[in-house]
Amino acid sequence: MNGSPYPVIAALDALTGALFLLTALGVVATRQVLASLQLFIVQSLLLTLSAVLLGIALESIHLFAVAVITIGTKTLMIPWLLRHTVSSEVYRTREIQRVLNIPTSLLLSAVLIVLAYVITNPLIGAVEVPFAAINLPLGVAAIFLGAFTIVVRREAVPQLLGLLAVENGVFFAGVAIVPSLPVIAELAAAVDVPVITLVMGLLTRQIHRRLGTTSVGELAALREH
Amino acid sequence: MLERIAYNLLQVFVLVAFAPLIEGVVSRLKEILQSKRGPSIFQPYRDIWKLLHKDEIVSDHSSWIFRFAPYVAFAAPVFVALLIPVLTRYPLFFAFMGDMLGGGFVLALGGFFATLAAVDTANPYGPMGASRTRMVGFLAEPVFIVVFLTVSFVAGSTIPYIVQTRWVTPIANFFEPSHVLLMIAFLMLILAEDGRIPVDSPSGQFELAMIDRSKSLEYSGRGAALMKWAGAMKFMVLTIIFLNVLVTPWGLAPEGSGLAGVLIAIPLVLLKIFGFILVLVYIESSLAKLRLFRITEFLGAAFVTSVVAMITRLSEI
Repeated sequence: MNGSPYPVIAALDALTGALFLLTALGVVATRQVLASLQLFIVQSLLLTLSAVLLGIALESIHLFAVAVITIGTKTLMIPWLLRHTVSSEVYRTREIQRVLNIPTSLLLSAVLIVLAYVITNPLIGAVEVPFAAINLPLGVAAIFLGAFTIVVRREAVPQLLGLLAVENGVFFAGVAIVPSLPVIAELAAAVDVPVITLVMGLLTRQIHRRLGTTSVGELAALREH
Repeated sequence: MLERIAYNLLQVFVLVAFAPLIEGVVSRLKEILQSKRGPSIFQPYRDIWKLLHKDEIVSDHSSWIFRFAPYVAFAAPVFVALLIPVLTRYPLFFAFMGDMLGGGFVLALGGFFATLAAVDTANPYGPMGASRTRMVGFLAEPVFIVVFLTVSFVAGSTIPYIVQTRWVTPIANFFEPSHVLLMIAFLMLILAEDGRIPVDSPSGQFELAMIDRSKSLEYSGRGAALMKWAGAMKFMVLTIIFLNVLVTPWGLAPEGSGLAGVLIAIPLVLLKIFGFILVLVYIESSLAKLRLFRITEFLGAAFVTSVVAMITRLSEI
């Protein structure tokens, strides 16, 4: 951050990034399904904020497009889709079955964050955008944490949220590395992600209807009718 | 020189005098938030006064530790108040006698004796609460270590007077991610160390669920008064460290402002503490107490937050 031409925006962006990482940790660790959905919404809002800050600093209209698309799809459309396709019974679930208990998964998350910093450290010098030093490691860390969420959770909806958190991480790193990404790429993502959500939501709905549960961990064996 | 000794003692006086008031304000506000009227904010003073005039009953089976512990518990926050910036921005006479780790050790000594005293009487609830306090304590310890390490790494010093100016000059430092994360981690630590919801219920009367409060169940009369007073002072010391060193080091008396500056700083500091209490009461009223084995998760989250703060700091973003 020191020596950056935009000290105030860099500080605000770093703060946004820190909170972004905290919400990613929250998606890994929260017990309630609904809470992890809300954390995902907050995470998307922070991604939007970071895109707006970078858009102001780098005077890039593309980043504002990213912000608008993120707000539209990730904070409005995806939560709406998830709430309507998956039965509300799933959201009342409190105890999520997990592969690892919460303290262990939090400690492993800390290791993953360190790993993200270690592997992105040589890359930061390669890109010339001043905000890459902030956004790249945090974005990669969010990717790791999202993937870790998919591994560690055993409920369908939180796993899906982990996947979407990976997507958020990609964007968080992406806005800093390629601030002039063509809008077509963003639009593609904006259409893709809700469709993925819709498909997975409907699948989850079917599973829930058939089996009365969405605990993916119990779906270990195939059975033919 | 003499002036600085006097201000230092004034800090201790402020701590001893206002700690019960803060406890009273917390419980009053909590009751108001629950649509009740609540006791007067001066109730803790009356309680302490009443207890000081009552007879003290000590079990025959207890040793000297039981009688000695309230004095240690009372003295520990008083000593810490000599080391930390309560009212002034410049270091006072005793400021270099110990750093933040020293203050932490002194506070831990008070807690250690309170724990020993709880085991000493062989009241079944005492050792239970004592062992639980130790559990919370050793889970909180790594968070403390990482927070102190990061803070002193950033400021290049472990003396709290030097640390506090680092975060606000220039003001952009305040929004550093490591600073914000440290604030969150330390807030969680205060909740755990002081036995607040969601870790422990400070107003709970159910012995089986108690963590912190069951340690002083056996005390009566003067011992009970000192333990109660010591608890209030410990909370105030933690709050002051949080506010004056980590979060809002404003409103303190600047160098060369003399006695007037120090006296003006008293209401300003109390105002800051009041603001913090509002946040605390909101947290306590909106959360439920965690089950005992969920405390690991709470402090695990605090630990990861502090570790992330350290990493973001060490990698210099």
